[in-house]
Amino acid sequence: MKFERRTIVNWFVGGSAAAWLGSVIHPIVRFLMPPPEQEAAVSSVKAATLTELQPNSGKIFKFGAKPALLVRRPDGTFSAFMAKCTHLDCIVQYRADKERIWCACHNGFYDLNGTNVAGPPPRPLDALEVHMQGDDVYVTRKS
Amino acid sequence: MSTSPENRDRAFLAWLKDRYPITQFAEWAEHKTVPVGRNAFWYYFGGITLFLFLIQVGTGIMLMFYYKGSADTAFESVRFISAKVPFGWLVRSVHAWSANLMILSVFIHMFSVFFMRAYRKPRELTWLSGIVLLALLLGFGFSGYLLPWNELAFFATKVGTDIIGVIPVIGEPIMYVLRGGEEVTGSTLPRFFALHVALFPALLTIFIAAHLFFIQLQGIHEPEVWQEQPEKRKTMPFFPHFFAREMLLWLITLNILAVLAVFFPAELGVKADPFSPAPAGIKPEWYFLATFEFLKYMPAHVGPIEGEQFGLLLISIGFLVWVLVPWIDRGRHPTITKIVMAAGVLILVFLSIMTYLGWAA
Repeated sequence: MKFERRTIVNWFVGGSAAAWLGSVIHPIVRFLMPPPEQEAAVSSVKAATLTELQPNSGKIFKFGAKPALLVRRPDGTFSAFMAKCTHLDCIVQYRADKERIWCACHNGFYDLNGTNVAGPPPRPLDALEVHMQGDDVYVTRKS
Repeated sequence: MSTSPENRDRAFLAWLKDRYPITQFAEWAEHKTVPVGRNAFWYYFGGITLFLFLIQVGTGIMLMFYYKGSADTAFESVRFISAKVPFGWLVRSVHAWSANLMILSVFIHMFSVFFMRAYRKPRELTWLSGIVLLALLLGFGFSGYLLPWNELAFFATKVGTDIIGVIPVIGEPIMYVLRGGEEVTGSTLPRFFALHVALFPALLTIFIAAHLFFIQLQGIHEPEVWQEQPEKRKTMPFFPHFFAREMLLWLITLNILAVLAVFFPAELGVKADPFSPAPAGIKPEWYFLATFEFLKYMPAHVGPIEGEQFGLLLISIGFLVWVLVPWIDRGRHPTITKIVMAAGVLILVFLSIMTYLGWAA
């Protein structure tokens, strides 16, 4: 196969232009992408004390850098979830009147097991484990 | 020689004429015309949008003298502007109201262009540059909404950026870049500020220049009926007839703006707290309400894909068809024109109903 001189020059110039463009765009894109934050791995968090939460109520607490929801069910037992709605990222809350977890943004409901039961949420909430130590309620990641 | 002001003006004009092609400009201005007729009223909305943009630039620069764009200081600095700075509340309210009126007037402008079928050949690029301008204005609204760092803005930004993240392949990296990380945090604020006060204004200026340049080259679209009945053609000179009318409308717009800003000043609300649940009754700005409401009606799943992805797919297809309208309706087939016009009416009705439902919910 015979190459014309012009073809070779075109490839050379085109290749150089592409390489130049790449060397300009690459650092810009990398600059705009923030480096991942070193997040301390949270294993266990004291979320509340037993007396703090009445049955049929909920509380947002910090699980590392993220919000989580501790729910005290009407029967007095506890359950905990990451508080991020699986629909569009809003922070959910406990609705005592409905005995359900509710997202105000698009009216999504989850039952007390974190299962999506009404509205647009496509998946259940990420569940956490609850342990009691005396009067303190500890929450850990699901093992 | 007398140095009366008149003579000085003439001397200055002569000085200018000696250096620049003033005569050509004056001749061009003299011959520029605007169609007159039943629909002439709608021609003013492009200019009104431009006026409101100029107000945004002015009040925006003023706000930047006091605004401090970080999660610790943003809310407090906006409160300071509203409560302590003389006329700070007025400047902020004018900025907020002008933004809303600008989006309203750009929608009126777009739909009037659509129903007059002014998007047709040779004005396809004017239509496209207009669509880019609309997208930029919505971007302005979205990025500006977060800047006071209040609760409503925080959740609106969470939802809005999450919607971007739903787009396959490119969505997540874009969301990550916009948020400055995985979540909406203090890192998001300077990014939105940079977009709002630097990138978007630069792009908007370029596209406004292109939009006006196209209009200048081709003149304002004239009613189709004039092509068949040229004797009906009626125009008025741009200078001074149309220009004076436009200036009068700018003045009226400024008055409406002042009344709205004084009697309904912009609220500030509660400072954003990334560890509090979304407040009940949360809503985006009115121009995103239709999308917000539409996504609410999506079920959790539609076939293999998630409801919100399906909803966004439908919206994207609709938007793409809207963008391509100059190539769909080229004025060759009356049936296609009828369908396109009917679709336009349906879209307008749909957007109005969805916006109302979102507002009333």
